[in-house]
Amino acid sequence: MGISVFLILFPLCCAPVMYFITNDRLRAYVTYCAAGIIAAATVALTVLWALNGAVPVLLYKETELADHAILIAELLLMVLVTYLCFKHRKYWISVLSIVPTLLIAKQELTAPSPMTLCHIYIDHFSILMCLIIGVVGSLIVVYAVGYMYGYHQHRKDVRDNRRYFFMLLFIFLGAMFGFVLSESLMWIDFFWEVTSVCSFLLIGYTREAEAIRNSFRALWMNLLGGVALAVGIVYFDSAVNCVSLHKLIEYAQTGVVPAVIGVALIALAALTKAAQLPFSTWLMGAMVAPTPSSALLHSATMVKAGIYILFRLAPAMGGTTTGNVVVFVGGFTFFMASIMAISQSDGKKVLAFSTISNLGLMTACAGVGSHETVWAGIFLMMFHAVSKSLLFQDVGATENATGSRDIEDMHGLLYRLPMLGFYMFIGIAAMFLAPFGMLISKWSALKAAVDRSNILLVLFITYGSATTSFYWTKWMGKIISRSHETGERMEEKITDNSEKFSMTVHAVLMIALCVFMPWLSNNFVDPLLVEMFGKFTNVLPGGILAMMVLIMCIVFLIPILAYMYAKNHRTNYKLNYMSGINTGNNNAFTDSFGEEKKLWLSNYYFDRLIRPDQMMIFSQLVATAVLAVMVSFLLGGALV
Amino acid sequence: MSYKAAIMVVLYILFAPLAGGLLEGADRKISARMQGRIGPPLLQPFYDVRKLMNKQVIAVSVLQTSMLLCYLVLMVFTGAIFFAGNDILMCLFVLSTASTFMYFAAVVTSSPYNTIASSRELIQIMTYEPAVLLAGIGFYLVAGTFSVAKIANSDIVMLTRMPGLFASFVLILLIKMRKSPFDVSTSHHAHQELVMGVKTEMGAQNLAIFTITEWYETSILMGIVGLFVVTSNPLSYVGAILLCAAVYFFLIIADNACARVKWTQMLQITWLFTLFASGVNLLILMLIK
Repeated sequence: MGISVFLILFPLCCAPVMYFITNDRLRAYVTYCAAGIIAAATVALTVLWALNGAVPVLLYKETELADHAILIAELLLMVLVTYLCFKHRKYWISVLSIVPTLLIAKQELTAPSPMTLCHIYIDHFSILMCLIIGVVGSLIVVYAVGYMYGYHQHRKDVRDNRRYFFMLLFIFLGAMFGFVLSESLMWIDFFWEVTSVCSFLLIGYTREAEAIRNSFRALWMNLLGGVALAVGIVYFDSAVNCVSLHKLIEYAQTGVVPAVIGVALIALAALTKAAQLPFSTWLMGAMVAPTPSSALLHSATMVKAGIYILFRLAPAMGGTTTGNVVVFVGGFTFFMASIMAISQSDGKKVLAFSTISNLGLMTACAGVGSHETVWAGIFLMMFHAVSKSLLFQDVGATENATGSRDIEDMHGLLYRLPMLGFYMFIGIAAMFLAPFGMLISKWSALKAAVDRSNILLVLFITYGSATTSFYWTKWMGKIISRSHETGERMEEKITDNSEKFSMTVHAVLMIALCVFMPWLSNNFVDPLLVEMFGKFTNVLPGGILAMMVLIMCIVFLIPILAYMYAKNHRTNYKLNYMSGINTGNNNAFTDSFGEEKKLWLSNYYFDRLIRPDQMMIFSQLVATAVLAVMVSFLLGGALV
Repeated sequence: MSYKAAIMVVLYILFAPLAGGLLEGADRKISARMQGRIGPPLLQPFYDVRKLMNKQVIAVSVLQTSMLLCYLVLMVFTGAIFFAGNDILMCLFVLSTASTFMYFAAVVTSSPYNTIASSRELIQIMTYEPAVLLAGIGFYLVAGTFSVAKIANSDIVMLTRMPGLFASFVLILLIKMRKSPFDVSTSHHAHQELVMGVKTEMGAQNLAIFTITEWYETSILMGIVGLFVVTSNPLSYVGAILLCAAVYFFLIIADNACARVKWTQMLQITWLFTLFASGVNLLILMLIK
């Protein structure tokens, strides 16, 4: 099981190596190898752990050396953040780093040494997270090699600092592994801060004014979460003299006051990391970064850290005030973000809003805290990680190839860049259409919400599903519409093989996940829930899955068969109907002056109805008010 | 699947288009009489489809036929889920996937009229989705199960417990069945400002596929309406047929009596009505549970 430590340390060791390799080609090969090793190590960990009986494994009781190293690293991190804050004259943000770090340091040095605990905890849930980070994360790193090359080809204005970029990617992966494998709250806090700072540096990669502004917004929001986390941990530790995550949940379930308050504070912290309202704007700002970092932040890491910790806390949140607040914030975010997504035509922004929206649904699932909702949430998380990563990579590759990531410019993408168009179509379909897992998860989330008589969540999910289908479907329509420009096939050379490899693996992985969903549910997620809740009743009726497999066949087979049929069948192709003002081709019509006018088809964006800026401020106010109520309950002691 | 369910599915696949076509024929006839015309024969829709099937195939896009076939097959599948007595919520989800393929079939042509109409179709889907899902949830709350078979065999007349949800469902039927005031994406009448809306570029066999699929859909929707009164008592099936007839008659009257609204109004009216009627109804159901 030493391999778990290897997973944390190996990426961290790769990071400086990346920085010191100046030859691009050599670094590319080293990156491929390192990513391969990480993915292989993740699989090896899973297999070893499964052979060991797939039971929770506790490791490393005595870790004095590591504890000290972490403390020193934490202090260094604080110095780094403070330096950068002062350099960019954002003095106050440094306070958000100094306070929690000193708080944790003081606790660690002065408090009586807490009762012995194990620092690494490997159970089904950590293994699942490791698989997501290890597989999706390392694929993103592979993709980044080709993408960053293309990026610097067409963005000559940005300084080529790829060594630094890859260093950050590897630190990020290492920190994420550390985060999901740690049992000690002190360690969790440290890795939490590392991911915050890493994302800050990745967002600011281009060093443009907007990038710097957005990176600091991401920094302060995440550090604010870090403060809540640190206060929660220190408060719990001072009262109970224990820094074990599982003990915290156990105590909170039995109603021990400091534990209940600790859970509330950590949940608050998780909301910032999962980019829930009112903290959603940092994730929107993260769009300025090169695509691999967006993909990494949105799919496999960062935001999933927030979701991970929320699911860990789920058993302690069910039915409590904290849980209800988390459900409200999640459901509200799901609905509002999906409305805001309708008004966007920038592909990456739509993806960002959809991430926030989907995370909202997962958050709500965690807040309800029943095993049915956690089951749904965990599947949502798995499917979301894979399909969102695929979509980001695809949009990024499309942008490199066509020079635009605007959805309006993706008209007829399927005919111009068939491979990218096809993967994009699949990726979007997986986000909401029937045979894919997201929909089954939504079904079971809805059922659980009804069972819990949570009318607000039911309304959020039903209305939110409607708006979600709207923005996805209109995007899919754009991809498959016959091109209104020349419609010629473009060269796909610009998309590097590493990118194609990563996207193909994603697409295959996603379909495999759908096909093996019943198996996964029975053999992995059910035991996971038994570990978490101690009991489990089957959520998924078998008949539904059989149906899904059938629909899957229909959706994939019919178009192909029909296409084959139509190709060989004599059909008379005519021009489009244009009230008799055709010009002889479908791309233009005759205007009222008798001249040829170019035809341009566009989607609805409701820009007069939906003003995302105003809507965001409104939603932030509502969510802040709700969180303020929770915090005042907390201070008033009414939470208990 | 049980023996009985299999028979139901076969009956559905054979007779649903027949029922849908007859309803459309009656619809045309009654509408004509309301407007002081004699109207076409009852079986006119079938004659139309037969004629379409024999026409030379004219299309503007290769992908359109495949998308329409997907629409048809998914619609048949939705009905099969429903009439086999399976999960109603899943049935409704698949129904919206089917509608998505309808949208694809329209938008794939890149024809200007079609594209505008298909965007409106998408707005329609967004408009009716909450009411449809909430109706499914209402059944679950009253009967304690999502299984259509069990809902149909309960002893409670669902309509008495979920009048608000029923009202919302009837309201969205106006959208689903393409009736005024909510026929913003296409209608059967010549006064449509978008000519034939989503059907603009569908001709010959493609239009026939589309029409047959709509008939299947009508049968499913009427099935759901019937579910509001069906109980374990066999006599309730008569009630169900009467209710379906009454609802359809209401749709025809609304179609002839109302002017088309803008899509923004459609969205606002439907969403707010759903929120209040269905929302309050659900809240009460949850409280008395």
